[in-house]
Amino acid sequence: MQPLTNKAQAVSRDPMTFWERLYLINIIKGMFITFSHMFKKQPTTRYPEEKRAFSPVFRGLHVLNRDEEGRERCTACGLCAVACPAEAITMEAAERETGEEHLYREEKYAAKYEINMLRCIFCGLCEEACPKDAIYLSETFAPANYTRKGFIYGKPDLLIPNPMTEASDLALARGVEA
Amino acid sequence: MGILLTQTILIKHNYISMTILAFDWGLVIEKLILIAIVVFGSLGIALYTTFGERKVAAILQDRPGPNRAGPFGLLQPLADGIKLIMKEEIIPTAANKWLFILGPALAMTASLMTCAVIPWGSDIELFGRKIALQIADINIGILYVFAVVSMGVYGIMIGGWASNNKFSLMSSLRAASQAISYELAMGLALIALLMTTGSLSLKTIVEQQIQGNWWNIVYQPLGFLLFFIAALAECNRTPFDLPEAENELNFGYHQEYSSMKLGFYLFAEYINMIMSSAIMASMYFGGYDLPFFDESTVAPNIAAMIGVGTLLIKIVLFVFLFMWIRWTIPRFRYDQLMNLGWKTMIPLALFNLLITGALILANV
Repeated sequence: MQPLTNKAQAVSRDPMTFWERLYLINIIKGMFITFSHMFKKQPTTRYPEEKRAFSPVFRGLHVLNRDEEGRERCTACGLCAVACPAEAITMEAAERETGEEHLYREEKYAAKYEINMLRCIFCGLCEEACPKDAIYLSETFAPANYTRKGFIYGKPDLLIPNPMTEASDLALARGVEA
Repeated sequence: MGILLTQTILIKHNYISMTILAFDWGLVIEKLILIAIVVFGSLGIALYTTFGERKVAAILQDRPGPNRAGPFGLLQPLADGIKLIMKEEIIPTAANKWLFILGPALAMTASLMTCAVIPWGSDIELFGRKIALQIADINIGILYVFAVVSMGVYGIMIGGWASNNKFSLMSSLRAASQAISYELAMGLALIALLMTTGSLSLKTIVEQQIQGNWWNIVYQPLGFLLFFIAALAECNRTPFDLPEAENELNFGYHQEYSSMKLGFYLFAEYINMIMSSAIMASMYFGGYDLPFFDESTVAPNIAAMIGVGTLLIKIVLFVFLFMWIRWTIPRFRYDQLMNLGWKTMIPLALFNLLITGALILANV
């Protein structure tokens, strides 16, 4: 058969010579190979202190977006919940009262918005479905929790810091996530 | 007749009381302190050898190794020890309870007993006493080591048999046959060394190397190689770790063991490693002799301390070699092990014996 690469090597079927049968020389050669690995760079990422950067297309934990004035973008239309193949998203809509214009961008908003992170498969379809740019998948993942209840993320867990009042928090969050 | 008997008893009684009075109690205290230091010291070193093993394995495989407990992971062995002690003790119902407990105890005792004859350094002077840094300088030192080392296999045998587990039994059979096969080659390699030194006392062998020009390794390179390979086999280290072959015997003779009894078996292996390193260093590499350094130029106590440090460094280097080999070479097959032991090592040892004998006769 014609070899596909030039890496093919014929196996030597010759009987081993005396020095080969001693094995000692080959053992010493092998030991020098392992010894040389003592001085090689370790590819390990020392996790809690050092974090490996995710790729920009990584689909991680969701965030609920605000606009430039710090108002919630979500209008509780429910398209994300419909798009969700894992049925991880539930929400309750409410009407904006007068005097709440600085909190919610449109007349309707999500009074309750919950994502069950144990159900979520992080497919990103909610992000695609959202007509208001309100939900995004960030570059972090859901941290461990002691109870199943802890994995149901509500609005306080999902909303990004207000760019008007908590600008430093937002910058921090962006810095960590980027 | 009756009078004669009473007289003998009286004389004997007199003799005993006199010897007790004339007994040097300082010697007892000095030896007890030395025993405590050596035993607890070797336990502590063994503790950190487990850590060293994991670190060496990691570094040879481009990993950082344990680095979470304490600075550089230095508290890891303590955490391991606490974990082992806290674990539940399980004795299988079908196991022979007494033998099951006796096994690890015997393995541990046998490996710790070896340290009795190792000379750790030259004599020191404290409180006007001359203290030998050796628990017992017996004139059959090496013979004693061999006797104790071969007792170690009883720990494995008894533990493996008492577990009432087929894998454990198979493994202990392997351990026993391996130990017997390699002890022969080890003994024959040693006889050649003893022919050149003319003494069985480890202290004398070390002192000869200090006074002579060369260490024994120069006179007995083949003997050392054979002894070293046999020592690997005796310590059940890779490539001779067939008794605990994970892939075919699950874990070998300590498969049914849990908690500190398992810890004892694992510890015994590391202590064996340290002790065989100490013996190899003493017999072939000048023991506590620091090369190119004249001990008589410094105070005897300082010289002794330098000697202890030198021996410890030699032990560490040997232990590193053991580990280095473990993380390089795969394990032998059982028939290869037996072939190597009986068909290669023993003829080579006999050949070495013959050459040594001829050279001694020719007075080289």
